Parts: sequence; structure tokens; C-alpha cells
Amino acid sequence: MSELIEPRSPSPNGHAGGDIASEELVGHGPFVTHFDEPSLDYGITETKITETTLEELRSIATRYPQARSALLPMLHLVQSVEGRVTPAGIEACAEILGLTPADVSGVATFYTMYKRRPVGEYLVGVCTTALCAIMGGDEVYARLQDHLSIGNDETTADGKITVEHVECNAACDFAPVMMINWEFFDNTTPEQAIKIVDQLRSGAEARSTRGARVCTWKEAERVLAGFPDGRADEGPTAVGPSLLGLRIAQQHDWAAPEPEHIQDRPGEEG
Amino acid sequence: MTDPLTPVLTANWGDERAWKLTNYEHSGGYQALRSALRMEPADVVAIVKDSGLRGRGGAGFPTGMKWSFIPQDNPKPKYLVVNADESEPGTCKDIPLMMASPHTLVEGVIISAYAIRANCAFIYVRGEVLHVVRRLQQAVREAYSAGYAGKNILGTGYDLEIIVHAGAGAYICGEETALLDSLEGRRGQPRLRPPFPAIAGLYACPTVINNVESIASVPSIIANGDDWFSSMGTEKSKGMTIYSLSGHVANPGQFEAPLGITLRKLLDLAGGIRAGHRLKFWTPGGSSTPMLTDAHLDVPLDYEAIAGVKSMLGTKALQCFDETTSVVRVVLRWTEFYKHESCGKCTPCREGTWWLVQILKRMEAGRGQPGDIEKLLDLCDNILGRSFCALGDGATSPITSAIQYFRDEFEAAMHTPAWELFPYQRSTIFDREPAGAGA
Repeated sequence: MSELIEPRSPSPNGHAGGDIASEELVGHGPFVTHFDEPSLDYGITETKITETTLEELRSIATRYPQARSALLPMLHLVQSVEGRVTPAGIEACAEILGLTPADVSGVATFYTMYKRRPVGEYLVGVCTTALCAIMGGDEVYARLQDHLSIGNDETTADGKITVEHVECNAACDFAPVMMINWEFFDNTTPEQAIKIVDQLRSGAEARSTRGARVCTWKEAERVLAGFPDGRADEGPTAVGPSLLGLRIAQQHDWAAPEPEHIQDRPGEEG
Repeated sequence: MTDPLTPVLTANWGDERAWKLTNYEHSGGYQALRSALRMEPADVVAIVKDSGLRGRGGAGFPTGMKWSFIPQDNPKPKYLVVNADESEPGTCKDIPLMMASPHTLVEGVIISAYAIRANCAFIYVRGEVLHVVRRLQQAVREAYSAGYAGKNILGTGYDLEIIVHAGAGAYICGEETALLDSLEGRRGQPRLRPPFPAIAGLYACPTVINNVESIASVPSIIANGDDWFSSMGTEKSKGMTIYSLSGHVANPGQFEAPLGITLRKLLDLAGGIRAGHRLKFWTPGGSSTPMLTDAHLDVPLDYEAIAGVKSMLGTKALQCFDETTSVVRVVLRWTEFYKHESCGKCTPCREGTWWLVQILKRMEAGRGQPGDIEKLLDLCDNILGRSFCALGDGATSPITSAIQYFRDEFEAAMHTPAWELFPYQRSTIFDREPAGAGA
């Protein structure tokens, strides 16, 4: 084991910003994955789950041919009420689905979107998978942490902002990408990222570059649980890179061939 | 001669509010559904089979053939599951499709479910794309209201429930059997095959799992015919598809073209590599497909030709990196991704990715040790083909291909940090002098 580079202890305030040319691995800091995270805190007894929540949890279970399929959206709903996964939320899901709390915990701790610690009003995720990282995601991530004086998966004292680095969010043509409550903030720079989080901290509204006005993290979790928030019609159809090939084709009058044999297709005569 | 670009799936992305049902119908939407419902399900399967459509999620398996594996004499319910868990690094085509034109997918779902005689379909979309989830939820609601989904669709007696299901953050759930476990409310871990999902999939019932782009291609095939579809593309790779160009290119973006276009042509259209730089390496289909170099610019981007240069077409995610990029750094980041996303079920992947990261980290820091390159290759050899699913195999692709093409950089990692060989600021695209990340 001595030949290994041991995981570094976190810097005093626990974050990974710092000299980009130093040996500190920019954007990554201590080597931790969600498997290494502390488990759920079963000491927590407080809960905001009400009879209404339980009704909604039960209603999710009825959407599926087999109730257990509802567990992922049910846990999203728990987070929308509790601000995290709580023991009470786990027990509620277990009771409704006829599972043991251990079964439900096993699921809740597998997926990265389920949080074991309270999340701020806005969860800011910076993509640091290879392509975003090298194109500037590392710098965005480090500068945001420096600006907010928090480390990965930590929350500002006012409870507004949690920062984490995320894996590829399927927007590589908009790299570097930042997500706020799972809305796209495309082609971000350190300056823009800082501006937007400051805006959110001051209580102002922020709008995704190709989505809706940013709602709170709890509200977002409620949509993921299958309870729409009426914002589907906000934002554009598509922007920039999504339209590049289409625009070039239009300029050149390029198109798919005209269908030639429509009359030969089976079923049309009947 | 087919045009270089052939927008079909992307054709309405520039339209105002294309995600609304009325606008989709106005551009001809749901006419293919009406045609399909007038056909026998088996004939719908036959058209898709004859079109030559192959799965667009990475493996390239013929879609119609997959459908024909569903045993129609099996009395159990049949299910259609759309894999909308797009998360392979570099891949970014399904998300804009579902955001711009969710009805293209929903119409494809209804036709495809009808073809395999399923009365329940799921769209398993990754949870980290909130607005896409909203647009899908709304599109499905609209389809129900218009009589395209639910009971007695368009008076034909055919019933279909469609459920939009948001995941919770796990790349492994893009693996089809892990997706099924996840959809059953479990940890997303892959299943042993056989039995294949076509025989025992969701709830141990016959199940078809298809990628978003595959299903979204179905309405156009029904509307225009299998001959129309197969008139595009190459001999064994038929039709149009969406290529995603990203990285150090002047203009990244989505390009819908017949299969077989080359990266050289796509780069020409995109204005080339960013000004003053040149291509160093690229992936043809996401990080799990072995990287290629500027020697491969003229290889047709179809399933066979890319396999011919020992890579895979995958998801057609063309990530381009220029000469400022440290290949060791990029490979480390991809490997960290696989380590993070390994589900932990099998030992070669769970332990192997962990060890790969340890070695690559010290190499990035210029503290590689004699024998490290061989150790990396040996580890890859023990992961590839010995893992439970393709995640482990995919994790080895960037490493073995990078060592094949850029061994000297791994040699240099014995003494010089990657950030000295390739100052990291030079790879960023910020239009200014970098501030040095708080330095």
C-alpha cells in the first residue's frame, strides 16, 4: 500500500480550489465516492411528512403494474418534503410498499440523487467528467468553491447553495456545463457561475439557458416524483449547438430523400 | 445521391414551441400512428426489420429483430421500455430530442408498443434533466387527452398506458438489465443473461428495451417506408442518425446525417477544430469506445467501418480533443467516472476501476512508477471480458487505446506532471487569460 498516493486530507476549509499548477488535483480534492459517504443518520427523528404526503406516496404506488416500481419516484417525493432522505421517509416508503426499511435504505443509498445530508435551496452541480473538466469545468468548480468558501457536497451557511461535482449530464456540445437544480446552465464560465449563485443567494430569479425559471431543489424533486409544476412550456424548443446541423442543412437546402414508394407500403390500401 | 445532412428527427427543432401537441400535429405528427394502427402488428415489425434500423443506444442491434424475439404465444403481459437514461460521456442527442420534440418519441412509443402488443410502456429518463422530464410528462398527458394513449386508442380497441419514470442518478441504469432492476424499484445492478429481456424482462415478462433515438425513428419509417429509410446510409448501417460533435471544435453541435459520414466532413461543416489548434484524439461513440486519432478522419462513421479500426460506433458521440490536451488527464477522468459509476456487483469492475484510478492519479502527478503502464494493461486485461456487464469493458477502452496511440505520454508520466507537459489553462475555452483558479 505504501506505493499508493494516499488520499489527501482536505484543505482547512475542506475545498479543492487552489493553485491550478500545484500538485493538488484541481477540482477533485480528497478521493471520495458516494459509496464512501456516511450512511443515513438514523438518529434523526424529526419529519415533515404529513398525512397528505402519505396519500401522495400511495398515489405514486398505484401508477405502476407492481407497486415496488414506485420506489424511486417515492424517494424523490420524500426529498421534496424532507430536503433529504430521512429515516421517517424510508419507513413510510417501506410500509406502503410492504418492504423492510433495510430494503429501502439499500435503494436510497445506491443512487447519487438521493441525499443523506440536507441540501441547500439550490443544488449547483458542475460537470467534471473529462470533456467538461478540461474545457473549463475544473476551473468553474474550483472558483465556485473558493467564492462560496465551501467544499464538495457542502452547503453555504445561509442554506442557499450546495455545490457538488457531477458526472456527464448529456450536454457535451454545451461544455462546460453547470446544473442548478437539474436545469442546464450551458457554456458556463467561472464569472458567470459566480454571478448566478450570487443572484440566487440574494433571492433573485435565475433562468436556465434552455429550460425554465429555476425552482427550488425541493420543488424540482416533486416534479421528478411525477407531480408537474406547470413550467413545461417555459424556455425555448432548442438553442445553439442543438440547431447547428439543422441550420447548415437549411442553408444548403439539404434534406432527407423524398419518399418514393409510399403507395407500396402494406396496410395503406386497407 | 443523398445530401450530406438529412434532418428528420431534428427537422422541427427550430420550430416555435415544437414540443406542443398541436404544433407536432401541424407538421404531420401522429399520421404515422394512424397508418400503423391500420396495419397488423406483425407488419409493423416487418417494416422496421426491413428498414435496417439498428439500435441507436450503442450496441447497434437490429431493432425489428429485437421486437420479433418477443414470444407472442406467451400469455404474460408484454412491456416496452424506452432507455432515456442518456449518460455515456460525450453523448447528448436524446436529451435535446426529448426537450424539443417529445411527441416524436411518444408517437414512436405508441407505434412500437402496438407492434409488440404491449399495453404498458415506460420511458425511463435520467432524473438529472428536470426540464426534459417536464416536457415528457406534458407530452404524455397531451397524448392521452387526444386519444393517442389510454383506452381504445383512436377507436381501434388498442389500449396503452405510458409512464414517464425519472431515475435517480446512476449511469449503470443505461445498461438494459440494470435499468429493469431500477424500474422494479431496486438498486440498479445488471442481471445475468440469459434469460434475455425479450423472454423475461420487466416483472419477468417479455420486454423490449430500446434507446430514445431508435424509437423516435420509427414514426418516420412508418410514414415514409422502409425503402426510404434504407436508401440512406451504408450497406449494413442504414438510415439517418444524430451525430454529436463536442470538445475543441469551432462549433460543436448536433448533426443528423446518413450513417457513414466521416469526421472530416463533420468537422468541415462545424468549422474545424478551434482556431489555431489541431485534432489530437477523438471518440467515435462516447468514452467507452476506444479513442481514435487524426489518422482516422476518413473512416466512415458506421458500425462496420468503425469496428474495422478496432473501435465502436457506440452512441456517435464525437468528442474531439486538441493538441493542448493531456491524454493521461482525460483518461484519468474517464476512469474516475467508471469507478464512481461501477455498481459494485462484480469484483473485476468494482476493484479494478479503483486500482486503475490509483495508478492513473499518480501518473497524472508525474509520479508513475516503472511497470505502471504494464500494470494498467494487465488490470484492463483482467477487467475486459471478465466483468458482469459492459461497464467494466467500457472502462478499459480509453486506457488501452490511449496507451496504444500515446504511449510516450504515459512514459513521461513517470517523471513529469501532466499539468507541466500540458498546462491545463490551454485546454479551457475561456476567452481570456486564465486567472489560475484562484492562484
